[in-house]
Amino acid sequence: MAIEEIKASSGTLEKQAASTGYKDVDPGKVIRWTLLFLGGVVMVMPIVFMISTSLKWPHEIYELSIIPKEPTLDNYIFVLEDGRFYQWFWNSLLIATATTISAVLFDSMVGYALCKFSFRGRMFIFIAILSTLMIPTEMLVIPWYIMARDFGWLNSHWGIMFPGMMTAFGTFLMKQFFETVPDDFLEAARIDGLNELQIWWSVAMPLVTPALSALAIFVFLGNWTAFIWPLIVTNSPSLYTLPVGLTTFSVEQSVQWELIMTGAALATIPTLLVFLIFQRYIIRGVVMAGLKG
Amino acid sequence: MFGYKSLSIKQKQVVWAWGFLALPVVFYSVIRFYPTFGAVLLSFQEWNLLGGKTWNGIENYQKLFADPVFWKVFGNTFLYLILGTPISLLVSFIIAYNLDKVRFMHGTIRALYFLPFMTSTVAMAWLWRWFYQPVPIGLFNNMLAAISIPQFPFLKSTFWALPSIWAPAVWAGLGFQVIIFMAGIRAIPNTYYEAARIDGVGPWTILREITLPLLKPTIVFLVVFSSIGFLRIFDQVFNMTTNDPGGPLNATKPLVLMIYDTAFNAFDMGYAAAQTVVLFTVLLVVSLVQLRIMRDK
Repeated sequence: MAIEEIKASSGTLEKQAASTGYKDVDPGKVIRWTLLFLGGVVMVMPIVFMISTSLKWPHEIYELSIIPKEPTLDNYIFVLEDGRFYQWFWNSLLIATATTISAVLFDSMVGYALCKFSFRGRMFIFIAILSTLMIPTEMLVIPWYIMARDFGWLNSHWGIMFPGMMTAFGTFLMKQFFETVPDDFLEAARIDGLNELQIWWSVAMPLVTPALSALAIFVFLGNWTAFIWPLIVTNSPSLYTLPVGLTTFSVEQSVQWELIMTGAALATIPTLLVFLIFQRYIIRGVVMAGLKG
Repeated sequence: MFGYKSLSIKQKQVVWAWGFLALPVVFYSVIRFYPTFGAVLLSFQEWNLLGGKTWNGIENYQKLFADPVFWKVFGNTFLYLILGTPISLLVSFIIAYNLDKVRFMHGTIRALYFLPFMTSTVAMAWLWRWFYQPVPIGLFNNMLAAISIPQFPFLKSTFWALPSIWAPAVWAGLGFQVIIFMAGIRAIPNTYYEAARIDGVGPWTILREITLPLLKPTIVFLVVFSSIGFLRIFDQVFNMTTNDPGGPLNATKPLVLMIYDTAFNAFDMGYAAAQTVVLFTVLLVVSLVQLRIMRDK
């Protein structure tokens, strides 16, 4: 796939060169490209070393070689046989998925209401929600912990995810995007006899799908890598999320770095694969969320 | 029937609006505002999570400001920011500026820079922790040994431990900043560049007079965003110093780690709450000052 990409892009380069009419390669451009490429290689080197170490036998990990002499999957078998990784992976997936669905749904609902309905108190609600962006999570974890303890939410999936069920950032993002939906569309649907919930869901929502996927990517990634709150609210290993589990696992292994690297690789590879497959969408989503948010 | 049907279109809208907002209003009140005020109130109390709460006025704050560890931590927190934001922004801008001009394998190179952003912070903290180990374990020291350079203490040195934890934080965030910078550069209308080219202006002048001024909104966003990130650093420090959290000798301890320790290891909830109020104030002041300065320019 990489080779095809290179071919494809070199093809466009040739076309470009042909169309602009110069044949000689500008040395400045070659230097720029080479430096950028080398910089990029340096950037991924840590990840490469992590994966390569996870495929090495214990006696080989102290060597600097990138390609293992006798590659082995033993580390993976050992780590996965432990069983806890499956549980942690499942916990993280469940929590990230549930919070993503909830946040995307509610944030777009609120963003829509604040954008398309006129009612007294609209501005107040908008500013109130926006102002919560200034409050750092770390300020809330103590009251959340007390709340979770009082309601019996400690050590439960719900306890991990309740603080993230809606996001002010997403509300703001969705409000921005609903501004681009013409009111005429909604009015036409109203005349057709749809109620407001149907208009929001089947008329407005399909028009902002790029923003919805951008928000979904951000919320999912945020919850997948979230650390401090899951660390605080759980203390039984069966409820740990992947990052918290990885911390415990790594502390246990202490000097068995090939196993720690295997755990780290297991926590990292899924998101890397998702990124490589949906690269275009993810980058577009990140830009959209970053610039509009 | 005086039901929904008898309402005017405007009134119906109001009903729908509050219908849409009912659950969110409860959520933001209970999960955001109530805990915020709870934290502020708690900061004037003493509580060990089990017994009763007792009011103690500003004692928590007095204790905090008299604590040399707090000032060490406060300095560390700002050190992460002062090292982090300018350097990571400068580097990511240089990369974005040049990458924008590159067509050959553009997507692949961009992906290389972005990949670390998609990783799990905890996993990367352990990866870098391994890099920093002494010979014969750590990668960096093994590399140094291979070219016969003496060992480097990294996480063991009170001076170098903080930059050692800071480096992976910059590394992981760089890709995001590059992408945002490139989008900002792309958004500058081509007509500006064409006009400059017609006038025969050199690339440095174009960069200084067109690209940078027009990138200001992007720069403001990234400065504030990355500053908040560095001031709230925790995951990396926690995972890279599990044997001595925030060590050696508190050399790497940021404010959030101090809060975590006070609340969930010492169970001194009021004192921890006071620290969170300080964190909130710091974040607010830093963001406002940055916005102020950059708006004036």
